[in-house]
Amino acid sequence: MAEVNNSSVIELLAARFGAKVSGVNEPYGLLTVETTKDVIIDVLTYLKETEGTKFAFLTDITAVHYPDTKHIAVVYHLHNMVNKIRIRVKVFIHEQTPSIPTATVLWNGANWMERETYDFFGVKFEGHPDLRRILNMDELNVHPMLKQYPLEDPNRVDKKDEYFGR
Amino acid sequence: MNHNQPVYTDNDPQNELVTLNLGPTHPATHGVFQNVLQLDGERIVSGVSTIGYIHRAFEKIAEHRPFYQITPLTDRLNYCSSPINNMGWHMTVEKLLNIKVPKRVDYLRIIVMELARISDHIICNTIIAQDTGATTTFLYLFQFREHIYEIYEEICGARLTTNIGRIGGFERDFNDIAFAKINKFLKEFPVALREFESLLNRNRIFIDRTAGVACVTPEDALSYSWSGPLLRATGVDYDVRVSEPYCSYDEFDFEVPVGTSGDIYDRYLVRNEEMWQSVSLIEQALEKIKHEPAGVFHADVPDFYLPAKEEVYNNMEALIYHFKIVMGEIDAPKAEVYHAVEGGNGELGFYLINDGGRTPYRLHFRRPSFINYSMYAKMSEGMLLSDAIINMSSMNIIAGELDA
Repeated sequence: MAEVNNSSVIELLAARFGAKVSGVNEPYGLLTVETTKDVIIDVLTYLKETEGTKFAFLTDITAVHYPDTKHIAVVYHLHNMVNKIRIRVKVFIHEQTPSIPTATVLWNGANWMERETYDFFGVKFEGHPDLRRILNMDELNVHPMLKQYPLEDPNRVDKKDEYFGR
Repeated sequence: MNHNQPVYTDNDPQNELVTLNLGPTHPATHGVFQNVLQLDGERIVSGVSTIGYIHRAFEKIAEHRPFYQITPLTDRLNYCSSPINNMGWHMTVEKLLNIKVPKRVDYLRIIVMELARISDHIICNTIIAQDTGATTTFLYLFQFREHIYEIYEEICGARLTTNIGRIGGFERDFNDIAFAKINKFLKEFPVALREFESLLNRNRIFIDRTAGVACVTPEDALSYSWSGPLLRATGVDYDVRVSEPYCSYDEFDFEVPVGTSGDIYDRYLVRNEEMWQSVSLIEQALEKIKHEPAGVFHADVPDFYLPAKEEVYNNMEALIYHFKIVMGEIDAPKAEVYHAVEGGNGELGFYLINDGGRTPYRLHFRRPSFINYSMYAKMSEGMLLSDAIINMSSMNIIAGELDA
């Protein structure tokens, strides 16, 4: 079996998805790619099942909010345990319409990870069998990890960055 | 998974299911979480898990705190093995900052982390025994957790939520009493563990209650993203310490025990064997430390390593530096990093995004308990209630890590 490494995975993804997979980077050696919402399940399926990639293990799903660009990045961490390499796949979706197809069609473990992401960020995973809040109470009417919800009283002055020269 | 549900006709007077609220605070749940079970007699027909009763918004809090102030949050994830969480967090920051720690620090960290793993596995395995009715074994081995706490106390002053590490190493060196206590532990613990095994491993009742119960196939385990002893009990040889060695684990000689059938008995055996491996790892680390320069317990990174307390109290410069570091005044690079360590329950991952501000832009904890537990309700279907209880203890769900 040919060795699987970052560059071979990049080549395979470029050959199969072309410009749909972009933003290739390797921070601290961990291959990171960006893709779009319409092909995310195709990309994940390809990464999970293709011989040259075989990222069969879903390590984690989470999200990051970027209010400056009005985007939420849904981040998938996959792991190829045989060849001991990982990949990070990011999908940027608009914060006004935060929806993306569910990965539960590929991994059962995605169920709770997506519920947690929905709970914290309000990302709607289309086709998820049971998309409910998981850690916060059902009555909470915000998604608390979005950046517009401050943790503490924003009027408290001792935590203002300007007091620290920033 | 077993799904032999009874078949009733519509008019059958016995066609009634009982709803049982197992939890949120039930002695058998080992933590604050709820399972609403539909019971047909003693057999579970379906179940729904509800979690979040002690959710403390760690990720949101972490966004508002500099690196050092996040340490107490990590302690409170898996409080049965808090040093692993501690070290994992500090190693993540070191990865972000490209800090290389001295070998002696690596070995000291291995000692502390393996002690924590033993303490975590002691809880789990003795509680499996306890839930099958074997209280003696529980009381007998549990005292060694106390001994481990005494070692922590000697190293950092705290017992449960240890706050043991620093960016670059430890707050202080291990003193002679700490080493003496570690050596005493290494002498006494194997004797007790062997006795513990001889009480349970071939015990008829214990085997009847655990062997062949709650079997999980490797395919199911991987699909549910299981890791740690649960995954290894199904026969998948995956351990972060081997797959992506940190802390010089690659220099050590140890085995990764795997099971064959993925049942409760295998999970018990895998954890027991891991304790033996941990004892061996600590012994090897103590041996390797002898060849390293004495007294080295942190890297030379004054921008991030807190000055010694005596200095802080007596020297203005040190006080200023202490303040600047604790308040996150010193710039860290803009980057994102994922670092995983092998926690007591599986892969404990830290996903950190830093944008150059005082606090992380985003910090996500990949908590093994949270991910492992998602299968519990599904795998309980078709199981007897009493088996589901033992199954829960065999999964070693720690509520702090489940909810974060």
